[in-house]
Amino acid sequence: MNKVNLTIDGRQVTVSADSTVLEAARKLKIKIPTLCYLKDINAIGACRMCLVEVKGARSLQASCVLPVEEGMEIKTNSPLVRTTRRTVLELILSNHNRECTLCVRNSHCELQTLAMEIGVREISFPGELPERPVDQQSPALLRDGSKCILCRRCVALCHQVQSVGVIQATERGFQTTIEPVFGKSLNEVACIFCGQCIHACPVAALQEKDERDKVWKALADPDLHVLVQTAPAVRVALGEEFGLGEGRNVTGKMVAALRQLAFDRIFDTNLSADLTIVEESHELMERVNQGGPFPLITSCSPAWVKYVEHHYPQLLSHLSTCKSPQQMMGALLKTYYAQIANIDPAKIFVVSIMPCTAKKFECQRPEMRASGFQDVDVVLTTRELGQMIRQAGIDFPNLTEEDFDEPFGESTGAAMIFGVTGGVAESALRTVADLLTGSTVEKFEYEEVRGLEGIKESTVQIGEQRFRLAVANGIGQAKKLLEQIVKGEKQYHFIEVMACPGGCIGGGGQPICKERIEKEKTDFPIERLKALYKADKGSTWRKSHENPTIKELYNKFFEKPNSKKAHELLHTAYMKRPLTPKE
Amino acid sequence: MSICSCQNKKFDKLREIIAEKKGTAGALIPVMHEAQELFGHLPIHVQSFIAEALEVPMADVYGVATFYSAFTLEAKGTYSIHVCLGTACYVKGAQAIVDKLAELLHIKVGETTEDGLFTLEATRCIGACGLAPVLTVNNEVYSQVSVEQIDGIVHKYMEMAWKDEEDGNSSTNS
Ligand code: SF4
Ligand code: SF4
Ligand code: SF4
Ligand code: FES
Repeated sequence: MNKVNLTIDGRQVTVSADSTVLEAARKLKIKIPTLCYLKDINAIGACRMCLVEVKGARSLQASCVLPVEEGMEIKTNSPLVRTTRRTVLELILSNHNRECTLCVRNSHCELQTLAMEIGVREISFPGELPERPVDQQSPALLRDGSKCILCRRCVALCHQVQSVGVIQATERGFQTTIEPVFGKSLNEVACIFCGQCIHACPVAALQEKDERDKVWKALADPDLHVLVQTAPAVRVALGEEFGLGEGRNVTGKMVAALRQLAFDRIFDTNLSADLTIVEESHELMERVNQGGPFPLITSCSPAWVKYVEHHYPQLLSHLSTCKSPQQMMGALLKTYYAQIANIDPAKIFVVSIMPCTAKKFECQRPEMRASGFQDVDVVLTTRELGQMIRQAGIDFPNLTEEDFDEPFGESTGAAMIFGVTGGVAESALRTVADLLTGSTVEKFEYEEVRGLEGIKESTVQIGEQRFRLAVANGIGQAKKLLEQIVKGEKQYHFIEVMACPGGCIGGGGQPICKERIEKEKTDFPIERLKALYKADKGSTWRKSHENPTIKELYNKFFEKPNSKKAHELLHTAYMKRPLTPKE
Repeated sequence: MSICSCQNKKFDKLREIIAEKKGTAGALIPVMHEAQELFGHLPIHVQSFIAEALEVPMADVYGVATFYSAFTLEAKGTYSIHVCLGTACYVKGAQAIVDKLAELLHIKVGETTEDGLFTLEATRCIGACGLAPVLTVNNEVYSQVSVEQIDGIVHKYMEMAWKDEEDGNSSTNS
C-alpha cells in the first residue's frame, strides 16, 4: 500500500494512503473528539464532532471521513476548531435529555465526558426535546429515545457485526428516530436481546431493563430464601466497575459482596456449566452412535437460540436440547436443593448474575418452569450488580475474599472457560474424549478452538472417531456458517456459537469499559479472556465429568446423564418465531 | 390480516419482480417503487413480504420507506387535500382552513377518511405566496381560499365521486 506524508499540528506523520485524517492523528496520539465514529463499522461523518482545519480548504472537515492526501496540513486545535467544536457539542446537547444525575450512564457516558473535556458551561440554543417514547416492553432491554443523539452506532453494530438488523434510522431531519419498523417495540421484532448495541451506544439511549428493585425487595422479605448464582464471565469483569483494572479475577470479593448484600446462599453457575457439558457431551455421543443428525449446535447462549428461532427455524432440531447453565441451576435449586435443604420451593427466590441481557428474556420463557415455578426469578447484569454493591456502600476493593456455599461450590476449569468463545467446544471435547476412549486423556487443551477469529474450524481425532467442529464468534459469523451448512457446502459434527463477539466475557451486560470508548472499538478487554484461561489452568479439576459434586448429583438425583429426570429438568424445547412483523 | 384474491395477484406480481431483481445491487428501491405502484402504498405486510423475499432486514425497507416522501405507508384517499402552511398562507389564516377541513372530514392532518375519499395534508410553502392562502386537491389549485368556501369545495369532490360510482367506473382504491 502506498504511503502518504502529512502534517498534523505541526508534526509529520506517514500513513498508508487509504487512511483517514482521524486515523493519522490517532497514530500521533492526538485526540480528536468523536461521537458517531466506531472503528471499522461506522464512519459516516454524521455528528461533526471531529472537525479539523485543512490548509487550503474553505470549511472545516470531518476527520473521520476525510482521506489523507500527500502534503496535507491539518490543525486539530486552532481557535476556529475549538469554537466550532464547542458549538457542535452545544447543538447536540440542546436537544438531549440532560438528566445526568438520574442517568444509568452517569460517569460512563461519552457525551458527558466530551462536555467535560471541551468545557461546555452553557448552551446558547433553546433546543427542543424530540418526542420519542421510551420502549420498555421487552423483558431485557430499554430504549430511551430522549437520550439518543442519532449517531447510528447501534445500527451499524446490529446490522454489520450481528447481522440481525432490527433497528434503523427512520424519517428525516428533526423527526429522525432510531427505532424498529413501524415504531414497534424491540419486543415485537426479531431482536435477539444480545445487548451489543448497548456497548455501541455512547449514551444511555440503550440500556438493560433495570430489575434491581425486585431483588432488593426479595432480600428484604423475611419469608423468602434468596439464592444467587454467578456466571463464569462475571468474576473477571466486575472489578472494572470498581476501577480494579481489566480482567482481574475478583471471585472471592464478589462472593463476599453478595454475602454482605444478605443473599442466603451464594452458588456458582460454573457447577451447572459442568452439568451442561456432561449432558451435552452425552447428547453428542448419542448422535455419534445413531449416526446423526449432525451438526449438533450448542444452545447455551439464549440470544443465539432466539436468533435461530427467528432466522433458521429449519435448523431448530440441530440445537442441543440442553438448557443454558443458569436455567439448569434454577431448576436444580427449586427441586434438588429445596429437597435437601427442606425448604418449600415456593419460598425460594433465585437471582442470576449474568454478563448477559438475553438471559433476562430467557428466564421468562414459558419453558423455563421445570420446577413448577419460574426457575430463575430475576437476572441481573454485571453492571446491575456493580450498582447494587455501590448502593449498599460496600467497599468492594478492600473486601476479604470468601468462598461459594456448598453444596454447589465445586467446579472445574472446563466450566470457567464457558465464558469465552471456543470454551464450550473445548470443555465438551475434554469430556467426549474421555467418554469415547474410556480412559483419562492426558492432552486436553485444544488450542485450535481458542482465540478470537470469527470462525474457527478444526478436525479432532478421538479414538476411532474424527470430529469436525466449528466455533462461531458472534452472530454475524454464525450466520455465515449456517448459510454454508444450509447450502450443503460444509459438514460438521459439532458447532459452538456464542451470540456476543468474544463470548460471554463480551456480553451485553458487562461493564461499559473505558477500553471500548477510548479505542473506539466494539471489543471488550482481552484481559478478561486471559483471566479465564488462567483460572482454568489453576483449577483442581479441569474436566466437567471429574467434578465430585457432579458425580454426586448423578448418584443421588439424576441417576445418569440424559436420564428421564435429567430431561425433565435440564433440557428444553424451542419454537419458530416470525422473522418480520406482519401487522 | 386476510388477503383477498386481487391482493394475492398483486403479491404474485411482486414475487416476480423480486425474483427478477434479487441479487442485483441496489434492488431494494426499485422493488419498493414497483410495490408502491401495485398496492398504492406500502403497508406493514407488504414491507414484510419485500424484506423476506429480498432477504434484507425489514428495518432497511422501513428506513427507506420513511426517508423518501415518494413512499407512503398508509393508503391515500382518492382526493388528497394539501393545505399550504408556509409563512404567507399561515399569516392569511391557513390554520383555520386546516381546522375547518379536519372538523368537516372528521380526520386529523395526515389521516384519510374512512370511506377512502379524502386525505388531509399540511404542506410547506408551495411557492404560490401571492395567492395565499392556497390549497390543492390532487392537481387542482384553489387560491385565496376562505373558510366559507371549504364546504363547497369538499362537496364538489363528493359529488364527483358519487357520480363516478353511478357510472360504474369507480376510481377509488380497490
Ligand atoms: S446519556 Fe450521558 S449526557 Fe445524557 S443524561 Fe445520561 S449521562 Fe448525561
Ligand atoms: S439487542 Fe442485539 S439484536 Fe437487538 S437491537 Fe441490540 S444489537 Fe440488535
Ligand atoms: S441509540 Fe445510542 S448508538 Fe443508537 S443512534 Fe442513538 S445514541 Fe447512537
Ligand atoms: S462526524 Fe466524525 S465522529 Fe462524528
